[in-house]
Amino acid sequence: MSRTRSWTTRALVCVAVGFWAFGGCIQVKPGEGQVSAVTTVAPAPTAAVTGDRQILHALSRLTYGPRPGDVERVRALGVSAWIDRQLRPRTIDDSATERALAELTTLRMSIPELLREYPRPDPRLRAQIANGEMSRQEMLERYPIEKRPVRIADELRAAKVLRAVTTERQLEEIMVEFWFNHFNVFAGKGDVRWYVSAYEREAIRPYALGKFPDLVRATAHHPAMLFYLDNWLSAKPDYRIQAGPNRGRPAGLNENYARELMELHTLGVDGGYTQKDVTEVARAFTGWTIDRPRTDAHFIFRPGMHDTGEKIVLGHRIPGGGGRDDGERVIELLTRQPATARFVATKLVRRFVSDTPPPALVARVAGSYLNTGGDISSMLRTIFESPEFMSEDAYRAKIKKPFEFVASAVRALGGTTDAQGAMALARASAEIGEPLYQAQPPTGYADRGEVWVNAGALLARMNFALGLASGRYSKVSVELPALVAGADPRSPEAVLDRLLVTLVADQAGSRTRAVLAAQLNDPQITRLSPDDRGPANTDVAKLAALVIGSPEFQRR
Amino acid sequence: MMTRRTLLKAGGCALVAYAGAPRFLVRTARAAEPSGKVLVAVFQRGAVDGLSMVMPHGDPAYAGVRPSIALQPPRRGESERAVDLDGFFALHPALAPLVPLWERRALAVVHACGSPDTTRSHFDAQDYMESGTPGVKSTQDGWLARAIGGRAAKATPFRAVAIGPALPRTLHGDVGALSMQSLDRFDVRAGADTTARQGFEALYEQGVRDLLHGTGRETFDAVKMLKSVRASRIAPANGAEYPRAPFGEALRQIAQLVKADVGLEVAFADMQGWDTHVGQGAERGQLALRLRDFGAALAALAQDLGDKMADVVVLTMSEFGRTVAENGNRGTDHGHATAMLVMGGGVRGGRVYGRWPGLDRSQLFEGRDLAVTTDFRSFFSEVATRHLGVAATPIFPGFRSTQAPLGILA
Repeated sequence: MSRTRSWTTRALVCVAVGFWAFGGCIQVKPGEGQVSAVTTVAPAPTAAVTGDRQILHALSRLTYGPRPGDVERVRALGVSAWIDRQLRPRTIDDSATERALAELTTLRMSIPELLREYPRPDPRLRAQIANGEMSRQEMLERYPIEKRPVRIADELRAAKVLRAVTTERQLEEIMVEFWFNHFNVFAGKGDVRWYVSAYEREAIRPYALGKFPDLVRATAHHPAMLFYLDNWLSAKPDYRIQAGPNRGRPAGLNENYARELMELHTLGVDGGYTQKDVTEVARAFTGWTIDRPRTDAHFIFRPGMHDTGEKIVLGHRIPGGGGRDDGERVIELLTRQPATARFVATKLVRRFVSDTPPPALVARVAGSYLNTGGDISSMLRTIFESPEFMSEDAYRAKIKKPFEFVASAVRALGGTTDAQGAMALARASAEIGEPLYQAQPPTGYADRGEVWVNAGALLARMNFALGLASGRYSKVSVELPALVAGADPRSPEAVLDRLLVTLVADQAGSRTRAVLAAQLNDPQITRLSPDDRGPANTDVAKLAALVIGSPEFQRR
Repeated sequence: MMTRRTLLKAGGCALVAYAGAPRFLVRTARAAEPSGKVLVAVFQRGAVDGLSMVMPHGDPAYAGVRPSIALQPPRRGESERAVDLDGFFALHPALAPLVPLWERRALAVVHACGSPDTTRSHFDAQDYMESGTPGVKSTQDGWLARAIGGRAAKATPFRAVAIGPALPRTLHGDVGALSMQSLDRFDVRAGADTTARQGFEALYEQGVRDLLHGTGRETFDAVKMLKSVRASRIAPANGAEYPRAPFGEALRQIAQLVKADVGLEVAFADMQGWDTHVGQGAERGQLALRLRDFGAALAALAQDLGDKMADVVVLTMSEFGRTVAENGNRGTDHGHATAMLVMGGGVRGGRVYGRWPGLDRSQLFEGRDLAVTTDFRSFFSEVATRHLGVAATPIFPGFRSTQAPLGILA
């Protein structure tokens, strides 16, 4: 009964949307979300988003912010066709991005190559500097910065910014960021610095729109995760290390990975597991370790470290003697739990819809998970086709994270960057509070506005806006004249209107416009005739900076 | 009652009337006499091993369960070893800079302190310790904000300040807390163009009631006041040397705010890196390095503030402790109770407070962890009420301490 009613609601919304929309109506396919998980009727969302606002909304959620011309491009294709393409990134040509990434050579190197090419500092060097046998200059020559392991994460940061700014496969990139954060590793922890870029390339990116259980499996086996959450060292009680510098030392159980696997990767903290389950899961994963971590670093199962006894996980018996399969069975068990479906659905809805995820939508997305074996594209489709997504409640309701803000600002100004510029932009993201690949705790970064809005961070956003628009980022080129092209250069008001439409579409309130208009006759600007900075007595760069630092631009 | 933040959020009309005067001056009308007392809360994120920080050398079970990470018992004259406090507990040798404070009775320890909630999730346990409501996730604000929320708003945007990239959970609430990474860089930086700040200020001035506008307005008040007192120019006094690391920098800047007399009531700083699952070390090693920075920064703060320390209390906390026995990798896993420190004016120092539950297996919580004998809320509310002179009830809603007060503050 309840199901029928929610279909009716959605059908009505769809009719209304179709009636008003310029672009295509997003079709709600009957049957989507038709799962037992739907037991409650969604409180009818407020008014649906219509017209060009649909396009702006989709662009603001599925991309790192619209570039000049994006609205027109999506309008030409139709919103739902455009969303559909974003869900199938292989159909989108992205060779320009690949070319831009070419100079970042570490991105394509294997872990053994990275370990060889970017060796850890020779401890003797340190000693020689300490006792004055070598000057700092000499050390820099013998051990140049660009050959140090820190280069690996630096290039990965640059690549992340470059991709966010330039890729046509925007949704895929957003999902890579989302899943990396979900299965977070900290690039500053020990050997992770050599593993981190392979981790994103091998364990996250291939599955970003694939099956969730594949992500759990790929991360569980990857040396970056094995190292970050210490499972590579976890062994049966009273095990003695067989080789390496710690040979003969006793080792034993380490719970770190087991706990976070359940708390943060699958079930969620309220997913119904106990301390006993944590210990049992840790026992199941004993022996999942890293082979030759400092030269080769690939997954290996060492039967000698494995606890061969029986394990009971969430009431399910895993008989003794399973060896490596114990861990595989735990992953299989955890990824088919309804708690996992709910947990993953909640996080996805929070990312794409609202900081307070509507429960009815979460239930339907969890239903998609359970019906499809955790298919990420299906879950996203359920979200994008929902009335909750295309509702006025959701429109501009999210506050951009620092990285989203930085990327969206460059995109809004029609900017392009090379690798060096991308590194500078990554530093800007850090200043505003989000250093990339540097979330130390396994929770990753939060996805709620209140976490990112505070006095220091707001000033950092304004300062970034000023720096970007005034060309202080020398390797990032922004196209200010192109932004206001078409507006009459003799009319400052026309230029301002043009700028507002390009940067914040329909968002600028009348008071915002009034504040900016007051800047047009700035006595500090004394140009009496128009030039490439804009009309006389008008500083387009400053106006653009004010808009990008404004409250309106902080939202998506 | 209209609190400061609701006033600001609602304040389009009310405040426009005073346009021109900085808001912190406008608010003077409502201000109460400032008490001048400051409470500094310090969070050790990642769960510090209380059994290493303040080691129970008098407990016979201690050394046996920690074959590679137990500290050697203290021995007079051996500076490499832990420093005996009272014949039963000893301070980790890396915390040696705090020993003079202990001897002056300006530093106390509460051991076996923690949360009644049994979660071993970092995230949840931090959340509970910051909201002050263990087991309740729906609490919107934090206890440190509530601690001063009941007072009349003072004429300053600097009542509550966190040094760091984000506003911590414990300062969420109605007091309009600020967070900043650096006092020095806390301004709109537009070179010669002085109108950029005015432009941004005008944009955030509008009457929309949301997080962004409210925060923006508070920010510009703070920028102006900070400029007028030149807080970032104040150098450390009394030869204090802060470690050049984020935590040392945070405490150095908190001291600047205290000395600049901006009306600070509560401050917050945190330090990461306590989650020592592997290779924790004993007198030396990973944990010792963290403790060295931690202790040196706290000692520098006390040194720097000198006589002003009489008005300041520093309270340290961590979401839980670590397993009593070391794990399979010469580290420790997530546990339950830990040790917390309190120093400053009014502290009855030179004592370890709390009942010691014992380390014998039969005495452990769930057979593995140090049991909690002091609810962190008893400890925190005692410190907050005695030091700041506020009522306990709203700070920890629903909590009535069943234990006798520790008597930790005079």
